[in-house]
Amino acid sequence: MSTAFLSKDDTALVTPDAPPVVHDEPRVYAARHPARWVATAIVAVLVAMIISSLLTNTKWEWGIVWQYLTWPSVLSGLWGTIRLTATAALIGFGLGTVLALMRLSRSPLLRSVAWTYTWIFRSVPLILQLLLWYNLAYLYPQLSLGVPFGPSFASFDTLSVIGKFGAAVLGLGLSQAAYASEIVRAGIIGVDQGQHEAAAALGLPRSRQQRRIILPQAMRTIVPTAVNEIIGLVKGTSVVYVLAYGELFYIVGVIYGRNLRVVPLLIVAGVWYLVLTTVLTVVQYYLERHYAKGALRQLPPTPIQKARWGAGVTWSRLTGRPLPKDLPPGYARGARNVLVRTSRTAAL
Amino acid sequence: MAAGLVEVRGVHKAYGTLEVLDGIDLTIQPGEVTVILGPSGSGKSTLLRAINHLEKVDRGLISVDGDLIGYRRRTDGALQELKEKDVLAQRTRIGFVFQNFNLFPHLTAFENVVEAPLSAQGRPRAEVEAEGRALLERVGLSDKADAYPRQLSGGQQQRVAIARALAVKPSVVLFDEPTSALDPELVGEVLDVIRDLAATGTTLVVVTHEIGFAREVATNVVFMDGGRIVEQGPPAQVLDAPQHARTKAFLDKVL
Repeated sequence: MSTAFLSKDDTALVTPDAPPVVHDEPRVYAARHPARWVATAIVAVLVAMIISSLLTNTKWEWGIVWQYLTWPSVLSGLWGTIRLTATAALIGFGLGTVLALMRLSRSPLLRSVAWTYTWIFRSVPLILQLLLWYNLAYLYPQLSLGVPFGPSFASFDTLSVIGKFGAAVLGLGLSQAAYASEIVRAGIIGVDQGQHEAAAALGLPRSRQQRRIILPQAMRTIVPTAVNEIIGLVKGTSVVYVLAYGELFYIVGVIYGRNLRVVPLLIVAGVWYLVLTTVLTVVQYYLERHYAKGALRQLPPTPIQKARWGAGVTWSRLTGRPLPKDLPPGYARGARNVLVRTSRTAAL
Repeated sequence: MAAGLVEVRGVHKAYGTLEVLDGIDLTIQPGEVTVILGPSGSGKSTLLRAINHLEKVDRGLISVDGDLIGYRRRTDGALQELKEKDVLAQRTRIGFVFQNFNLFPHLTAFENVVEAPLSAQGRPRAEVEAEGRALLERVGLSDKADAYPRQLSGGQQQRVAIARALAVKPSVVLFDEPTSALDPELVGEVLDVIRDLAATGTTLVVVTHEIGFAREVATNVVFMDGGRIVEQGPPAQVLDAPQHARTKAFLDKVL
């Protein structure tokens, strides 16, 4: 009889007539991490120092910040920024997708036109493009609609068509398109060749292959980089102050030029940029989750679910209450066994 | 006459200086199950891919039910290359099953199956969906209709891929090593589905290394090597009494 893992006393108990020995589930203690505790303490002190200086240094003038945060002209500047970002992103990614498809086309002319576009618009600084577009009227005082190289049906003064907003949107959108086209192209060529083949072998119409099969899969790679670009664009709109267009950065500049509260007004703009990028980050999370459908066996939880489950598990560890019922399988594995050292368990 | 006649005439195809297909002539009668055997690099897959024009050939003609694949005969006797749209339309008469399944991972099993009949053939949704459900049941996966491909085993994925290929009601179904990417214990379930399909009278062309399957199901076995057809005939003849040394050598290795 091989009972090497049992002690002598145990073997004595294992006789044919005796009831089987019942082994309790062993108690498990969480590992201790002293270095982690020290690092945590240091960082906590640093964070406390920053918060305290933010609160006690009166030059931050939080009252002024609060007052101007919802100032009507600041809000109109915020709206200007949102409008610029949205329009430029729309132009950028719309044109960018077309350029990407042109780059992947079998026509050498389409390919080289798209390549040249990207080459030029990626190479020229945004601020230079903005000023160029704003001065378009110098090059072409009149814009007209008509047959190429033929008669024209209607013409307009360039200045009346391309104002400050027009120049800003053209500059931002057209340069964004150059970057967007590369992002979309990377997404498309990142989709497995077998997917292109399967779509073609099934005889799906060309546009359907792109829209239904390729692009949704490409979106998995496109979304993170694209949102990155749009966040860059939100802040990039501040360059438009050179055209004196009423976006957030220009407006706060005008206000602090008058009242000389430079720092608080910069903070006002900073807070709003922070809010805008936060909204975009949340949108990104849900977009990624949407396009992960089928790519992951199980979708990642939403932040709300995560918070609820995390709180439930912590509560259950501290109090010994049962875990929340809707926890997904595998979540907080081992939570039932590992004891957090409390005064009650430390004595054991 | 049942549909599904495939004719391959004098087909050549080279990648650079490598002749992958070096003069292939092959006739596949409607309702036949043709198994193509041969060492890797012998051109089996290229031939299969040429039949549905995933691969353009350099010389020679391929037709399905008398229609040239990828070309149209002009009145002056010359060949006119077809537009992509027309090639895509031709492909809906030819099913193709890939070695790596190539299911669309972002669509459910059911959506994979109904995609082509809806968007390539434009058939009414109600009819297509009823057929799609019936097809999934036929491959034994009616309970997996709403599962995404990554939630399925390899064998299940390949069965969905077969249902997807059948959904367009093709007259010919081409299988490119359908079981080569599967764990050994999953091969049987896929071969069972193909065996059932063979019994329905659809023309099948199967590139495979499963000799046992070839012996049991094939009406015609084709042995290829070096881009040529070395010999062909009923399984009893090619597999049990091969005429050529190369066929013998190959069978000795795989059996």
